Parts: sequence; C-alpha cells; structure tokens
Amino acid sequence: MESLTTWIEGLLANNDIFTLQTLSYYGEGLTTTVQLVFLSLIIGLILAVPLAIGRGSKHQWIKMPIFFYCYVFRGTPLLVQLYLIYYGVVFIEGIQDTWLWVILEKPFVPALIAFTLNTAAYTTEIFRGAIKSTARGEIEAARAYGMSWWLMMRRIVLPSAFRRALPAYGNEVIFMLHASAIASVVTIMDLTGAARFVYARFYAPFDAFLFVAAIYLCLTFSILYLFRYLEKRLLAHLKPSGQ
Amino acid sequence: MIDLHGYGPRLFEGAMITIQLGLLSLILSLVLGLLTASAKMSRSWALHRIGTLYTTIIRGVPDLVLMMLLFFGGQIGINQVTDWLYYQFDIDIFINVNEFVAGVLTIGLIFGAYMGETFRGAFMAVDNGQIEAGRAYGMSNWLVFRRIRFPQMMRHALPGLSNNWMVLLKTTALVSVIGLSDMVRVAAEASKATREPFTFMLIVAGIYLLIACVSEWGFARLQKRYDVGFGETN
Amino acid sequence: MAATPIPLEVRNIKKRFGDTEVLKGLSLKAEKGDVITLIGASGSGKSTFLRCMNLLEQPNEGDLIVHGEDIRFKMTKHGREPADWKQVVDMRAKLSMVFQSFNLWAHMTLLENIIEAPIHVLGKSRKDAVAHARELLERVGLADRADYYPAQMSGGQQQRGAIARALAMDPEVMLFDEPTSALDPELVGDVLKVMRDLAKEGRTMIVVTHEMAFARDVSTEVIYLHQGQVEEAGPPDEVLGNPKSERLKQFLAPKH
Repeated sequence: MESLTTWIEGLLANNDIFTLQTLSYYGEGLTTTVQLVFLSLIIGLILAVPLAIGRGSKHQWIKMPIFFYCYVFRGTPLLVQLYLIYYGVVFIEGIQDTWLWVILEKPFVPALIAFTLNTAAYTTEIFRGAIKSTARGEIEAARAYGMSWWLMMRRIVLPSAFRRALPAYGNEVIFMLHASAIASVVTIMDLTGAARFVYARFYAPFDAFLFVAAIYLCLTFSILYLFRYLEKRLLAHLKPSGQ
Repeated sequence: MIDLHGYGPRLFEGAMITIQLGLLSLILSLVLGLLTASAKMSRSWALHRIGTLYTTIIRGVPDLVLMMLLFFGGQIGINQVTDWLYYQFDIDIFINVNEFVAGVLTIGLIFGAYMGETFRGAFMAVDNGQIEAGRAYGMSNWLVFRRIRFPQMMRHALPGLSNNWMVLLKTTALVSVIGLSDMVRVAAEASKATREPFTFMLIVAGIYLLIACVSEWGFARLQKRYDVGFGETN
Repeated sequence: MAATPIPLEVRNIKKRFGDTEVLKGLSLKAEKGDVITLIGASGSGKSTFLRCMNLLEQPNEGDLIVHGEDIRFKMTKHGREPADWKQVVDMRAKLSMVFQSFNLWAHMTLLENIIEAPIHVLGKSRKDAVAHARELLERVGLADRADYYPAQMSGGQQQRGAIARALAMDPEVMLFDEPTSALDPELVGDVLKVMRDLAKEGRTMIVVTHEMAFARDVSTEVIYLHQGQVEEAGPPDEVLGNPKSERLKQFLAPKH
C-alpha cells in the first residue's frame, strides 16, 4: 500500500494539476456518480415493472395516467425535470420547518428523485415493448394449463420479457450514467462536478475534462461488456442452435 | 392568466434560441452523420478507423462533459493561437468563443456520431440489387447515391433520425449550463427570482412537448413520402 | 462501307473468389444480331461470366472490348480494377442488363424507372424519354401500368417492365441474367415472348437461362459452361441437338 502511494507520488511529482488532492476529488466524484446512478436505476427499475404492466392494462384510468407520465418525462429534458424538483422542493410552503428538510436540503435527494422518475419512465416503455412482444403461443399455452393471470405474468411473461428487454435496458443504463453529469449543475460533486472544480481552480480545461471523459469512457465500456455478458448468458436460448 | 412577472418576452426569445440551436445542430449532425457513415463503410482502413474512433468516443462520454471540453477548451485553444500570432507576427486579434456557435458545434458533433450509426444501418438495409441496377445502366457513383441509395436509405433511416432529433432537442437544454440564454436558462433564472419554479419549468416543459409533437407529425409525413412504392400490394 | 465495330467481345476472362477459380479463361464474341445463350448447372459460373461483361464483377484477368473500345485496367491494392471509371460508366450505358430479380427501383413508378437512366445518364430530354418509354411500355404490354410502383405489379409484369427499362437505353447489347428464374411458371411465357420478339428484330443479346426451348429456337450460339470452362459451344442444333460430352447429355436429359 505504501509503495503504491510512493509510486503515485513519484508519478505526480512533476504535475501541478493531478495532485493526490485533486485525484481524491475525482475519487469522491466517482463514488457520488455511482451512488446516484445505481440508486436511481434500482428504484426506477422497481417502479417500472408495475407501471409497465399497468401501461398495458385494459382500463383507461390505469393506462392513461401512466402513458401521460411516460410521455412527459421522456419528452422533456432531464435538466428541466431536475430544476423543477430541485427548485420546486425549496419553495414548497413550510417545508423548511419539517423533518423532511434535513434530507431535502442537500441537492442529492432532489437529483435522485428526478433521475429516478426519469429512468422509470424510459424503463417502463422498454418493458412494455418487451411484454407486448411475448409470443402469443406462450400466453395461450399458459392459459391452456389453467394459469391465473398473475401466475402467467410471474412465471411466463415477465421472465422472458426481462430477457428481451436486456439490450435496450443496457442502453438505458449507459444513458443514465451520461445523463447524471448534469447533477453537477445543482452543485453536486459528482465526476463532472469534480472536473468543473479542477477546471475552475487551474483553468486547465483539457486536463480536467479529458481525464473525466476517460473515466466515463471506462465506465461506459464496463457497462457495455457487463450487458453483453448477461445477454450471452440469458439470451442463449434465443440463438439458433448448432452454433 | 398566468403571471410571468415580465419574463414572457425573454422566455419567448429563449424558445427561439432553443429552436434555432436545435435546427442548426440538426443540419450539422446530418452532414457529419452522412460523412461518418461513408467513412465507416469505406474501403479505406484509415477512414474506417477514424469513423469508428469518433463514434465510440462520442457515445462513451456524457454530452455535458464534451460540451464543456469543447467550449472551455476551445476558448483556450483559440487564445493560444491568437497569442502566438501576436508574439510572432504582431497580429492582434481577439476571438471570443460565441456560446451559440459553440453550442451548435458541440451538439452537431455529438449527434453526428449517432446519425452516422443510423445512416450506416440504413444504407446497409438497401437491397444491393437496386444499386447494381443503377450501375448496370451506366450511372456514376454519385448518381447512384443521389437517385437510388439516398432516397431508399431514407426510408430505413427516418425512425432513427426522428429518435435522434428528439434526443438532440432535449440536449439543447445543456447549453444553458455554458451560459447560453435558451429557454431553460431563462426559466431557471425566473424561477429563482420569482420563487415560482413550477410556473416557469412547466411552461418550458410544455414547449418541449409541443415541439416534439410537431416534429412527430413532420416525421410521419416524411416517412409517408419515402415509403412510397414499398410494402404496397395490389 | 466501313465495317461497324463488334458490339461486345471478351477474351480469356478469369475470376477468382478467394482461392477458388470460378471462371477459367472464358471468351465470347457477340456480332450484331447475335443471340448467345449461356447454359449450365448452377455454380457453373454462367451468371458470374455475364456480370464480368459489364464489370459488376471485376475479372482478375482478361480483356473486354465494347464497340471496338478496349476497357483499360490497372492494378490496385484491392486487385485489378478499371483504370478509368468514366470509361466503364460509358460502357455500361451501352450494355443494358436485365436481372433475375428484376431490380426495378422500388421508390419509382414504372415510368420513372424507365426514364431514369435515359435522362440522367444519356442526357435525353424528359419529354423524349417519356415518349419513348410509353412506346416501349406499349410493346411489352404494360401501357396501363406506367404509374404503378414495382411492388404493385406481378413478377412477370415487373420483368417485362425491366426489359422496357433496358430497351430505353438503346443498348448495343442486352444482357439477361436468368430473367425467368424468379417467376411463377405461368408468368414465364409472357416474358419469353417479349424476348423472342427482341431476337427477331435483330437485337444483340447474351442470355443466361435454364429455358432450353428458348435456347434452341432463338439463339445463334449456345455455350455450355461447366465449372468455369466452356464444355461445348456452337449453333443450337449441334450443341442441343447432338451433344458430344457426357456431362451435357446428362444436363439435357429430361428430369423427373
């Protein structure tokens, strides 16, 4: 551990910008970005499953509100949604006197809410498409064996829909990683926030932003390969046999 | 009536900036996209590599980071050039990177990569026999491109182009971060000043949805035009 | 009177795909009014040979002389290629090809298909091109289909339309690449009739086909290809009436 530190120090000896101090900013930024993206994706995913099922409902009063929600959140910039929630929360009458203010005071929670609602809307549409493309025969077979609607959803429709949704969901994960960069606009010190800080401090845009771009590129490729691996494992049954 | 506290005209100007920015970057991205698709389909190894590198990097890095890199970095790069000119040749010029131009260039550059992928897929979807028929009748490459490949490719490309345009439109909001007074920035300022964020942000959201609706209608019409002759049976 | 140049002559065409040589030195001379049919089993190289004639495929070796003009080649890192694409483009305008799968341009009506190359390649006026196209459509029996899109027509109609498109170029030589192979049997007759008429009026044609009756009745010369080589060639009575090689006999034997 100590030798690693000395090695890095040696590497940074002739460098004014990438000191251990600034590197630690990037490190904290990375943690924040990963937390923000991971949490919003998980919560968004949990919300999206019932929403996607409801989106295909026969009842207008279930279907229409979900459609409207998805349309609005997919049709407007995430930045507008972030501003709306970030500024909106502050100006709610009396909120600053309640216990909620303790968590809403920091920009992290409003950002998390905005990101979650955004990714939930996109994920809902992805799942809806996957559920809709379930082979008719599979549904008929489930009915023929006397499965209830819920059992059919749980055992037949959803498991295959999740697998089919995988490639599109992989894109959504990358999209969220990139979109999370705007968290820095509401003063969150995420990866981009760290880069902006370093830029402002040293007036070195190339160093600050190229470095962070490289980190994002690595993260993007990691996600890409993770999903490729998952697809290979989980979608193997859809490939023509004998290959 | 909604009280805009006098921000109405500025909001309108902001909306105009958003639309202009969107359309100009769209044009740039379409041109870059066609060039990228050609490069990636080219027989030249170097062109193919450049095209792949461009699309990979652009699609791997957040739009906002690229925008800041090009905007802040671009200013410094230009300053260095002008400084050099001053010291070497005593030529004194000052070029300030205009936010609007920087915005158009960045967004165009980013979406050129996405358009390139869309165009490439669409070009490959054109039946080779259609192109061969053109060649067999003595058409030059350019003529085959203009009269056959391009119109037939557009049919396949339009859904992707429409999708890219919708994403591009939303990405224009990011220019507010580098200081351009598009409608999002005006709304953010107004929100803070008047303490009525819902009014302004919802209006802006409504304008985005309106532009999206009009675009959807426009793309549906274009699609109809380029679908002519396909999938019709007697 | 000066001798008119020979419309099309190819000499010693060789073509390789990877390691396999699919054409092993083929030659052919089409004089004015000749109808040359290329026959052979699938994989014999007959379509590839035809496609080498207008350079849709690049032959690795061999000469191509169109209307007395030698097509020039050069070596590049991608292999042998025409030295002057302008020359190739001009050459192709003299040789119209009719494809197995018609390849009418799907985004244009039949009339637009026919006037496309005359206007943009030959530089004809739109008025002349349309008038000529209407005449040709009349001849192939599609006068009422001018404003239809290819997808709205039967295969037989599309192929007759494609022949009209080829004729609109006033070609020196017409190349037919299995023009009836993609058609339902009941539609083959109409297309063959149009082709027979063309032969009768003295068109120079090179036809890759499986229609033996057409080959026997119409051609001036039949070439039987086997594995990229000429196995037998000559007048149809000789080649089809009295085949010498065992392979050709088998090829011509009625199949069950």
